[in-house]
Amino acid sequence: MSFEINGKTYETDEEGYLVNLSDWNEDAAKHLAVEEKVELTDQHWEVINFLREYYNDYQIAPAVRVLTKAIGKKLGPEKGNSKYLYELFPYGPAKQACKIAGLPKPTGCI
Amino acid sequence: MMDEMDMEEGGVVKKFMFVNRKAPHGTIYALEGLEVVLISAAFDQDVSLAFCDDGVYELKKGQDTKGIGVKNFSPTYRALEGYDIEKLYVEKESLEARGLTEDDLLVDVQVLSSAELGALMDEQDVVISF
Repeated sequence: MSFEINGKTYETDEEGYLVNLSDWNEDAAKHLAVEEKVELTDQHWEVINFLREYYNDYQIAPAVRVLTKAIGKKLGPEKGNSKYLYELFPYGPAKQACKIAGLPKPTGCI
Repeated sequence: MMDEMDMEEGGVVKKFMFVNRKAPHGTIYALEGLEVVLISAAFDQDVSLAFCDDGVYELKKGQDTKGIGVKNFSPTYRALEGYDIEKLYVEKESLEARGLTEDDLLVDVQVLSSAELGALMDEQDVVISF
């Protein structure tokens, strides 16, 4: 599977995750967000950028519990809770936010 | 996502030790073992990791896998703390036999002698070796 923006082709797996992490850019994120029916706001970007940093540091996509805790530490307790993250990404911060951030599906996300 | 499910109340907490014995690359054992550990973190069990034999190389600082074309997953060991997996044991004899010290490792560990590690294994409910 794949999609195309401005002549560039982005390969995705059967669940819609980018195959090549290095393909990711803001255009790809916007496209993936549309597919997920998520309207990106600054709050969404904050989480997406956080996830990309986390991946860069640790080479994995965090489990939801770990993401929630880490966001709380970095962005404050009002953002480090499931309610906030699920409001931004209704089908699951791990599944949706990771997909939009161009990360693989989190380990332990069964 | 397992994390989001309500765990049964009063579930039994068992002591799990994952033993890592193989060099990080060349076989899939180290990476698979690490993934199992990360998944196990979702089940609220008492998880510890032991590194012995060539498994101590898994924690070696400064790994560079470019030349062999595989992913360098060693930074992921530093994520374990965030998963509340904080009991990492390294066998002293294995480190010494390879000319390594604690300073060569990319995470904080507890170095134990073979006998101490053996005693710790004896306390576990489940020992899984990779």
